[in-house]
Amino acid sequence: MLSLFRPAAVLLALFTALTGMAYPTVLTAIAQFAFPGKSGGSLISERGKVIGSGLIGQPFNAPEFFWGRPSATQFVPYNAKASGGSNLGTSNFALHEAVKARIKALRNADPENHAPIPVDLVTTSGSGLDPHISPAAAYYQFRRVARHRNLLEDRVRALVDQHVEDRLLGIWGEPRINVWRLNRALARMK
Amino acid sequence: MTATAVLQIAYYLIILLALAVPLGHYMARVYTGEAHVAQRILDPVERLFYRLAGVRTDDDMTWQRYAGAVLWFNLLGILAVYALMRVQDALPFNQSNLGPVVPQVAWNTAVSFTSNTNWQAYGGESTLSYLTAMLALTVQNFMSAATGMAVLVALIRGFTRRSAQGIGNFWVDLTRGTLYVLLPLSCILAIVLVSQGVVQTLSPPVNTVLVDSSASAYGKGLLTQIIALGPVASQIAIKQLGTNGGGFFNANSAHPFENPTPLSNFLELESILLIPVALCFTFGAMVRDRRQGWALLSVMFLIFVPLLAICVSAEQAGNPLFASLGVDQHAGDLQAGGNMEGKEVRFGIVSSALWAVATTAASNGSVNAMHDSFTPLGGLVAMWLIQTGEIVFGGVGSGLYGMIVFAIVAVFIAGLLVGRTPEYLGKKIEAKEMKMVSLVILVPAAGVLIGTAIACVVPAGTAALGNPGIHGFSEILYAFSSTANNNGSAFAGLTASGIFYATTQGLTMLLGRYWIIIPILAIAGSLAAKKIVPPTSGTLPTHTPLFVLFLAGTIMLVGALTYFPALALGPIAEHLLIAAP
Repeated sequence: MLSLFRPAAVLLALFTALTGMAYPTVLTAIAQFAFPGKSGGSLISERGKVIGSGLIGQPFNAPEFFWGRPSATQFVPYNAKASGGSNLGTSNFALHEAVKARIKALRNADPENHAPIPVDLVTTSGSGLDPHISPAAAYYQFRRVARHRNLLEDRVRALVDQHVEDRLLGIWGEPRINVWRLNRALARMK
Repeated sequence: MTATAVLQIAYYLIILLALAVPLGHYMARVYTGEAHVAQRILDPVERLFYRLAGVRTDDDMTWQRYAGAVLWFNLLGILAVYALMRVQDALPFNQSNLGPVVPQVAWNTAVSFTSNTNWQAYGGESTLSYLTAMLALTVQNFMSAATGMAVLVALIRGFTRRSAQGIGNFWVDLTRGTLYVLLPLSCILAIVLVSQGVVQTLSPPVNTVLVDSSASAYGKGLLTQIIALGPVASQIAIKQLGTNGGGFFNANSAHPFENPTPLSNFLELESILLIPVALCFTFGAMVRDRRQGWALLSVMFLIFVPLLAICVSAEQAGNPLFASLGVDQHAGDLQAGGNMEGKEVRFGIVSSALWAVATTAASNGSVNAMHDSFTPLGGLVAMWLIQTGEIVFGGVGSGLYGMIVFAIVAVFIAGLLVGRTPEYLGKKIEAKEMKMVSLVILVPAAGVLIGTAIACVVPAGTAALGNPGIHGFSEILYAFSSTANNNGSAFAGLTASGIFYATTQGLTMLLGRYWIIIPILAIAGSLAAKKIVPPTSGTLPTHTPLFVLFLAGTIMLVGALTYFPALALGPIAEHLLIAAP
């Protein structure tokens, strides 16, 4: 059986070189050549500074912004160096209490709105970095945003309409809105 | 279920079959050494590897030597991963100046990746350097997958050879599987994933400024967001294809950088089941009776599809405790609705539930939603699919050799009923094979149930729970099911990095991988030495619908009898608790 040691050790070293060094580095080179923006994290810069990634959500809690999904990441919400979900079970009392508190915050920010609240707006995502909300969650909020920004409701609603991304070929994924992009477009509105 | 749900699932399965048939026949050519396109390009690499390693391709190994080769290679793999993690602070490509990984997590992760489990006791972006991710995790993603396929091919040779001593050469099977199957597929998938936004870079994390400055009102005064990056696509491609499942990031494929769009999600989903399904066709081609491959595949679909329907319906129904709070959980054109805790909006319910069922049917274990937050019935489906022993598709190689073991059990039971010596594919099934088969079925079951029982009575076992009460028990049961059957997904509320869980889970992973591989190779050796018995009118045909139903029944019965009491204490009790008004 000792005769098996040499092939085991040599093949492990060779495959480490091939699949652990050559494969990822060659792919990195190809990826950065073919998709320079996407391979680097879809970062968006303004005046030479990185202001965010089109794929990673940010926290919003001022009433004049659309709110994204609650986030359960460690230390701070939307902590993009420690992704993760709440892992609370459906029967957990703590989940029930957290959802109640989020409903209260939404109702307090918008006392006249008595519509049922879309579920994605009061539950945390798996990554804690979900950049999207459902269109229903945006339509739930647009009146509040318009009021706090002194904008016509129709204009804000039209902006939401423009930002809806549909299912792929009508089948895969779900309709969604990138909250960060929507809020950036909102901030540019006069 | 909604109409889009049915369409999405139907298209998923049709495209899966369309891709798996040609791949399966191609793999049969790879393993039998027939000429194929990739060989013309990579043949010099293959021969160079053999020359440097001192491997002779005509060296036919007995099952004992084959097993020895598997164990040596995996032992060195474990040591290499452990060492890299312990000294990563002194090595280059350490993007965030991370310290060495603590000993118990390094041990757990080393076993986890070598055994194709890919249980995440580590925290991804907050624990591992880029170098560790590439040299330790990515390499073992390839090697553990190639090992599983090699063992399967050795078992198939047991059926096809007659009066033979050897079952093939492990080094050759390992090298061919990696060079001609896993590496080309991973390259293609990784590039397509980058086109969707999966990152692939060696640059360090970036700092950004938050748009809503009032978000600092969370009390921490933070106005910036640090975004972790890395060589992600290269690891994710093989993690999906090799039924590995260990994420680059803590949140695995729920993270937008691992899985940014519905298209990336669809491709990663297809990749979970692609090779396990294709291997059924490889099997049919190698035993020269394609109906045998179709029969085993039919059994897998027969169990998979109804469980998928249960999981999707349970998740779509949502959390009954939210009904009184004024939360809208209805599915419609404007929202996915349902149980969205732990799920991403871009995937909604259907893509998340489909992933959960595929990843637990195959022993992949990657997640795009947090299983801990699934409804009790949705979580039950995932847990039970793991507990059947990862044979409904299962891991690459390991799934099909597990399914072949159950086929042997089925012909054995049928043989007992009519009083004939059972045969499978022309080989007599006798006492030695049945002893090994019993080990394969009993060892993981013992690991799951004894491990869960110990964790329930040890303070360190219950202190690590993330949820109280019944659901906490489910977390423990899921953890031991996942590690003893080499799945790797988790009810992740359980803190897996402490000494108790990291150590014991490492042991159950070892048990669930190598105490299966050794008996499987023993069966292969024993079968290869036998003559082939020509079928007679008394032979039970193993490609008929009757046999498919009989085999599916056998699997359900063994799985149900072994785990029903434990499941009744966990997800079933929890379901009754929250469904009651």
